Amino acid sequence: MFDDPFDPAAHPLGCTCGAHGGTTRGLACEPAGTEAGAASIVDRAVTRAIFRTERRRRAFIGLVGKATAAAAVASVFPLAAARAAFAQAPRTIEKRDVKVGFIPITCATPIIMAHPMGFYAKHGLNVEVIRTAGWAVIRDRAINREYDAAHMLSPMPLAITLGAGSNPIPWTMPAVENINGQAITLANKHRERRDPKDWRGFRFAVPFDYSIHNYLIRYYVAEAGLDPDRDIQIRAVPPPEMVANLRADNIDGFLGPDPFNQRAVFDGVGFIHLLTRELWDGHPCCAFAVSREFITQNPGTYHALLRAIVEATAYSSNPANRREVAAAIAPQNYLNQPVTVVEQVLTGTFADGLGRVQRVPNRIDFDPFPWHSMAIWILTQMKRWGQIRGDIDYARIAEQVFLATDTAAAMRDLGLTPPATASRTHVIMGKTFDPADPEGYLNSFAIRRS
Amino acid sequence: MRASRPFASLALAALLFALFVGAWQLSSSTGAGGGAAVDPEYAALVGAAAAAGGQTPFPSPVQIGGRILEHLADPFYVRGTNDQGIGVQLAYSLGRVLSGFLLAAAVAVPLGFIIGMSPLLYGALNPFIQVLRPISPLAWMPLALYTIKDSAISSIFVIFICSIWPMLLNTAFGVASVRKEWLNVARTLECGPVRTAFRVILPAAAPTIMTGMRISIGIAWLVIVAAEMLVGGTGIGYFVWNQWNNLSLADIVTAILVIGLVGMVLDQLLAIATRAVSYQD
Repeated sequence: MFDDPFDPAAHPLGCTCGAHGGTTRGLACEPAGTEAGAASIVDRAVTRAIFRTERRRRAFIGLVGKATAAAAVASVFPLAAARAAFAQAPRTIEKRDVKVGFIPITCATPIIMAHPMGFYAKHGLNVEVIRTAGWAVIRDRAINREYDAAHMLSPMPLAITLGAGSNPIPWTMPAVENINGQAITLANKHRERRDPKDWRGFRFAVPFDYSIHNYLIRYYVAEAGLDPDRDIQIRAVPPPEMVANLRADNIDGFLGPDPFNQRAVFDGVGFIHLLTRELWDGHPCCAFAVSREFITQNPGTYHALLRAIVEATAYSSNPANRREVAAAIAPQNYLNQPVTVVEQVLTGTFADGLGRVQRVPNRIDFDPFPWHSMAIWILTQMKRWGQIRGDIDYARIAEQVFLATDTAAAMRDLGLTPPATASRTHVIMGKTFDPADPEGYLNSFAIRRS
Repeated sequence: MRASRPFASLALAALLFALFVGAWQLSSSTGAGGGAAVDPEYAALVGAAAAAGGQTPFPSPVQIGGRILEHLADPFYVRGTNDQGIGVQLAYSLGRVLSGFLLAAAVAVPLGFIIGMSPLLYGALNPFIQVLRPISPLAWMPLALYTIKDSAISSIFVIFICSIWPMLLNTAFGVASVRKEWLNVARTLECGPVRTAFRVILPAAAPTIMTGMRISIGIAWLVIVAAEMLVGGTGIGYFVWNQWNNLSLADIVTAILVIGLVGMVLDQLLAIATRAVSYQD
């Protein structure tokens, strides 16, 4: 079932939550502390096979205690032999031809450039990257299994798993694509109205309801005292249509992905009001997402894909490679944009639409590690704006969807150093977010729907 | 209408076209105004119009003509999943339209025949047809995607559902309004029902059925562009969406012209077929 590409002896084995380290995949994780981090994948796979469902297994372990459970399993199954056999499992790839859907934006850079620059092929995969019309389409195609994996907005796997905006289907996010790299672009006529307090009545576009863009613009205007549901309008508009809408004066601005912010400047339609890194430096944006089912059915393919993505992400992150990457992804087969626009986004040396050339090297960056705390922040905002209701187990959902353990394993495999933990505090517009207390954080906001 | 002097109407059409394009060319060449001078580094990073303080203007006919020539020079190239020539995209769209249309014809013509021959069935099915007929085919798209779980088949389904109604209604109408005398003659000659259907009713209703088909293919061609813009992947509608993505208006105009020409050809083909089966009382 598992082909372990990693050396199990070198890394402690554990569960997908990331808090325990290790490389179990496809198995849901226990909340930290309920199970020893040293429990091996084999033990878990075996117990899984014996108990069939996670719930029964947990119930049994809860009933008789961990040690007794392990002994009981060992008495009916030769665990030691299975562990030894498992350690030598070959790196088999179940499915070589893989279809990956993407939206033509610079956020998808690693997913896209891995194709022309050969990262998929290097990991033994024949990947077809397919440009897709919009986020709802990419979601439906991924759910319909027309795509094996897809570029999604990082809140989307959470929303799909929770059944917000679609039927609940267990979805996972083994890697973040880009951090930062978005901007608020305003129409040229608003050059003198840079203070969000003056934005009452503005019409904004965001790419999708379940997007970091939606949560950031809401956060930003709410901090300025405007209620995003009452004082401004927010519409979901596919990124490519944002510039045209801005030009047609249908919207006053948008918080959207590049290259469309830069494209608005390029075409003389708008100016860049601020980069989202000024709101939350290091915020997650787009993601590489696969269904839980795909991981279970094709673990070898999944891990090869993930390694290709992590390697492509690391390559894209290196400032020295940015021009080369821009040239690789700008043509019609991928982004279909002028090279200079893509280059300005990736190098961070860009025209801001106000007559200045700005130099912000980390305007966009690429970091695959899916921090659980990022998922928890997203969940707080989904709840804040009424997209999900009721009590939710923030940490558990974050662990199930953001597969930090797998990412860490792939990073180690490629000689990169993953963070030691999967959770940390984040600072958003000067306010610290503590993932240990999401409800307290949520209740600290004056403007909220829940 | 007198069909005389075709040369004069052609000349007038050409004159109108030349006037329109000329006015367009003139208006687009005077658009860019001299704005504030910016530093050369900044100017290099933005489009020519933005550097001059304006907006990128609508392309001129000359630019569009250039793009059309480029597309026509190599219409069938395939340079990867997302980069294929305009001819290839047209072929995808035509394939979808024809499969949806033929499927619809295969269902609508026999069904329309039965409905037309039986006033009881006509009365029973009419309410359903009347409710389903005015639904925009694109409104079916989410439902189709959800149930069929395949975007390619979904777009064929949308074509199917939009082209079935005109054919169904026209067939039923054509069959129902076959002259009673002809049926009576068939009966006195002791024709069986099958023979009557194929030798009397079908030829009599054929012009009406073909008219239904002509309406259907027109609607199908209208709808496929919108459907492909929605689902994406391949096809001329996706080509338009894709160039919109790149804000490349010259390519969009090219696609619009091509869509119009192909639609005209489809319509004329069915018009010829209609003429072939029509008769004089």
